[in-house]
Amino acid sequence: MLELRGVALRRGARSVLRDVDVALQPGEVMAVCGPNGAGKSSLLSLMAGDLKPTVGSVKLDGRALQSLGAAELAQQRAVLEQSPQVAAPFLVEELVGLGASCAPIAVEDVSPLVRDAMQMAEITHLAQARTDRLSGGEGARAHLARVLAQNAAGRLGGGGKYLLLDEPTASLDLSHQIAAMRCVRAAAAAGCGVMTVLHDLNLAAAFADRIVLISAGTIVADGAPAEVFRESVLSEVFGVAFHVAHEPDGNLRIAPVYRH
Amino acid sequence: MTMATAASVAPRNGMLRAGLPIVAFAVLAIGFALAGLAFGPVRLELTQILAALSGEADPSTQAIVTQIRAPRILLGVAVGAGLALSGVALQGILRNPLADPGLIGVTGGAALGAVLVIVLGAAVLSSLPEGLRPYLLPFAAFCGALAVTAFIFGFARQSGTTSVTTLILAGVAVNAISGAAIGALVYISDDQQLRDLTFWSMGGLGQANWTSGFIATLCILFAGAGLLQMARALDLFQLGERAAYHSGVDVERAKLKAAGWSALAVGAGTAVAGPIGFIGLVAPHLARLSVGPSHKLVAPAAALIGVALVLAADLAVRTAVPPAEPPIGLATSLIGGPFFLWLLLRYLRRSTPHA
Repeated sequence: MLELRGVALRRGARSVLRDVDVALQPGEVMAVCGPNGAGKSSLLSLMAGDLKPTVGSVKLDGRALQSLGAAELAQQRAVLEQSPQVAAPFLVEELVGLGASCAPIAVEDVSPLVRDAMQMAEITHLAQARTDRLSGGEGARAHLARVLAQNAAGRLGGGGKYLLLDEPTASLDLSHQIAAMRCVRAAAAAGCGVMTVLHDLNLAAAFADRIVLISAGTIVADGAPAEVFRESVLSEVFGVAFHVAHEPDGNLRIAPVYRH
Repeated sequence: MTMATAASVAPRNGMLRAGLPIVAFAVLAIGFALAGLAFGPVRLELTQILAALSGEADPSTQAIVTQIRAPRILLGVAVGAGLALSGVALQGILRNPLADPGLIGVTGGAALGAVLVIVLGAAVLSSLPEGLRPYLLPFAAFCGALAVTAFIFGFARQSGTTSVTTLILAGVAVNAISGAAIGALVYISDDQQLRDLTFWSMGGLGQANWTSGFIATLCILFAGAGLLQMARALDLFQLGERAAYHSGVDVERAKLKAAGWSALAVGAGTAVAGPIGFIGLVAPHLARLSVGPSHKLVAPAAALIGVALVLAADLAVRTAVPPAEPPIGLATSLIGGPFFLWLLLRYLRRSTPHA
């Protein structure tokens, strides 16, 4: 369990998050939704360990996150930043290999792991392409594959328990958004707890087990998609009128009501 | 789009094919080392060199090879490898191709340390035991290099991230300050010190003897081993500091190690050979162009290129206008200056947004 207890985060005079209690369970997909500046990425950074809470504690399977070294953490959790970059022109395959190098695994396990990750992220055809010559979406998929490889390598070594993704679908077309969310489900099926920041509420409703809705630095709702995504709650949080329909196939369809 | 994709899938160096350039650079470095032993005021044949190295040549050939030219080559190897590996580490840590120990002030700091010892070190020297005296100059140069490195890294670090622009600009300022301090020390130095200073500041392998060559080699061997171990961390640094941390790199520790080892390598080299510019800039670039971005290949390739460049530059200045010997920095700057301009152009062109 990766948990924040009684957490508040201040940056300078500004309060970014307050009264945050949230726990990510193994095997679940948690989507974090909310307006711009609500504190979604900060929440993810606290979970990842690159921000320290001003008040409260962060624990990974009962151990304080701050007591764990970077190498140990990298085996337990993998993180995909918002708009990830790479400064050197690695090949896609080499970039994904960097992810696999984050856990001490046998040399012969590396290339199947890299291959699987590239396949999941649908980037295999560009394995030999230079990362500085990829389009935005292709680059995003290459980095997703790198993080999936880190997660899988960690799992091979007895870790790989959590996956933290900041808007993994932001620059992807519709079909690749679905592919990315399938990667998320596959990781969860393998026992990994996944927390992902998402702007697309329909995607969140379709693929997540649980929605954490944040507004102005606090969690306003936490529960199953059908519980959280109610018209009154969404209108309140986003300041836009919403229409939520329950489809016969069990999916939610969430549509903002546009007024000119 | 299709065309761009087709171009980008063209295969590039695999591990095996990357081995080839490394072997080529090794051959080049060995070639320049042999040429360094063969050419000079007295031209020697390969057989004579081999005889001298096995101790069977006539006394004068023996002296030329083992007392004059071999220590010079050893020093050249150490200095070239040290500067190149520092360049690899600094460029890697800063994710910036323009970082060079000379540009960001590390060499200037080492120079200030060395000049301080030459001008004001007499009192300290006389109180040291005989055996430790040769180590004072390299030690002071190392301290100077380390002080500057620590200062600029600390200065450029704001709210958890290191600003490369600030770091390079701080380096420029530090260069100016250490230049001024060296000027002041020159002004107060006596005739003998002035002579020592002038010879030293021109830079060159001419001052080499077995003791100085050995000390520099030892320091650079340590630093080089430390830097070579950082290959994976340097690869991960290319993702940015935060993602490097997510991937298991202790970011602050890695920066400290890179800065410390670089300071040792640059300090040790600068103490004996004086300030030699541009090797730390040029060698890593040539290495990346030939073996790709992976640091476990870039580091050894750059070290060999650094060695080849320094030995080539030394050979050039020794044989250009004999018996005069222009400073080696002249040759390295002559190659390095235009190279730096080309690099700037390339960098500016690349930083225009692309799809």
